[in-house]
Amino acid sequence: MIRPMRTAFAALLALALGLGGAAAVMAQNGPPRIVIEPGVIEPMPIAVPTFIDEGGAGDYAREISRVVISDLEGTGFFRTIGEEAHISRVTGFDAPVAFEDWKAINAQVLVTGAVSVSGDRISVKFRAYDVFNGQVLEGAALQFAGTTQGWRRMAHKVADVVYSKITGEGGYFDSRVVFVSESGPKNARLKRLAVMDYDGANVAYLTDSSSIVLAPRFSPTGDRILYTSYESGFPRITLMDVGTLSRQSLDEQPGTMTFAPRFSPDGNTVVFSLERGGNSDIYALSLSSGQLTQLTNAPSIETAPSFSPDGSQIVFESDRTGVPQIYVMPASGGEGTRISGGAGRYGTPVWSPRGDYIAFTKQNEGRFHIGVMRTDGSEERLLTASFLDEGPTWAPNGRVLMFTRETSGAGGQATLWSVDITGRNLKQIPTDGPASDPAWSPLLP
Amino acid sequence: MSLAAKSLLLIAVLGLAACNNPDRYGAGGPGGAGGPGGAGAGGIDTTGLGDPNNPTSIAYFNQRVGDRVLFAVDQSTLSPEARTVLTAQAQWLLQNPGYAAIIEGHADEQGTREYNLALGARRAAAVQNFLISQGIPANRLRTISYGKERPIEVCSTEACYSQNRRSVTVLSAGAGV
Repeated sequence: MIRPMRTAFAALLALALGLGGAAAVMAQNGPPRIVIEPGVIEPMPIAVPTFIDEGGAGDYAREISRVVISDLEGTGFFRTIGEEAHISRVTGFDAPVAFEDWKAINAQVLVTGAVSVSGDRISVKFRAYDVFNGQVLEGAALQFAGTTQGWRRMAHKVADVVYSKITGEGGYFDSRVVFVSESGPKNARLKRLAVMDYDGANVAYLTDSSSIVLAPRFSPTGDRILYTSYESGFPRITLMDVGTLSRQSLDEQPGTMTFAPRFSPDGNTVVFSLERGGNSDIYALSLSSGQLTQLTNAPSIETAPSFSPDGSQIVFESDRTGVPQIYVMPASGGEGTRISGGAGRYGTPVWSPRGDYIAFTKQNEGRFHIGVMRTDGSEERLLTASFLDEGPTWAPNGRVLMFTRETSGAGGQATLWSVDITGRNLKQIPTDGPASDPAWSPLLP
Repeated sequence: MSLAAKSLLLIAVLGLAACNNPDRYGAGGPGGAGGPGGAGAGGIDTTGLGDPNNPTSIAYFNQRVGDRVLFAVDQSTLSPEARTVLTAQAQWLLQNPGYAAIIEGHADEQGTREYNLALGARRAAAVQNFLISQGIPANRLRTISYGKERPIEVCSTEACYSQNRRSVTVLSAGAGV
């Protein structure tokens, strides 16, 4: 039974992640999938009974179960069947499972788990079953251990495995997001760097709000953050160590401004814009040797560079035609090839970690959109529309985007939103106050 | 010491403070940047800017000469009106060599954050180049871009956007920056 179920779900997912168009047959990263037609996705019913307390776990077992459910339901692909509807109780992690009882309530997947705590150590084990054949999903029986402080990560890891086994996509729940926490009125906004779990939990502040900070980016290993800071009085790209919070300005040429930094996939190079005499071009700075290389040389604005995941190309934004558009150039620099072609203004291109799409901000007819396109500019798809949506960042699995949405007027405020690459599952990320400029970390180690 | 001399000293002290950190929005915290302020004040506290009737005061420069010029959407081209204001700024700066200036470039909110930073820099540079062409030594002028981070007007219509697409020439005492 596992095959048909997975195939059915794969078709469902292909539809969800699919690229529009009816009855298209596509080859994308593997065997062809049949895209039947665009439409509403019926979430898969699953059961996640509260994990068993195997000693000292107290509230952790219930809270971990809650986070697993929140992660899975948050994707829009799953619907958990409430415990009040469960016929069977899971009395022990290794007790026989009454699959007929789970079939009777139409659960397609059952996730059971157990939690034990000793001192500040926590251990979580789980199994995800295909209810219809009574078998554990291949690879979905694991155990994680860590500190009680990191209990949410244990839950995210469980959910990542379940999500990954059923969708065939990589997980993304065990990740962090660095962003700008905002306060104060629109004409005197205070901004400080903050970091949180992907779902808005566990917020920590990395700077105070004594100077403007903009657009942070994680390193490929999540241990460092690049951002633009006015701490010196002028905009400068700054490198912060996440562990120690120590920070340094990366470029100190007087009379210039540096901004829009991003790491290369190997973490050894920073690409950014350097403005001199009013003209912004893209440069690369080697973090090991300190060598600065100019990659573009044009009188127009060249900014927002982002590496392809193999490090061979850079996508960026230029207004050389008079309107901002998206271009791709070799990582060694050059004029680049324009890939955006539609009406409107295109900016903030970001290459997917999977390499298959480029996400961007589009401004057209007074509205802003988050969109994705193939790396050659084809198959452009706008996912959102509002007064002001900007600055997409990719989830580690390349299937979900987070971005800034700002409302209009004197009381306008920024909030964080996520959407999947089909445009489904648009939702706000809970934050304590206004927030902007999210950047997703890789999956945590 | 005369009252006028004391006033000048006060201006000099404030000017030096501004020189240490040209980000007049960030360094002062919410108090320093609060409120939209008067037409010529650019949102900063006007205390210590001198008497606007005194032609050598910063207040006079801000209000009578005009400390700002406006730009069209996405443009950094100087309009005839802007050139008139900047010509007067240059004359004032030539007559008052004890002042340096930081030229701020700003954008409206209709654009992405990073593009607007670059656009603000382009506007500030256009003003700087014009002032240099009028004989102001380059070492008296610096530029900074705020992109869309510091609107002066907060509505979301063209009436406000047109005021936010601006450069502001912010004076400080001292011969160079």
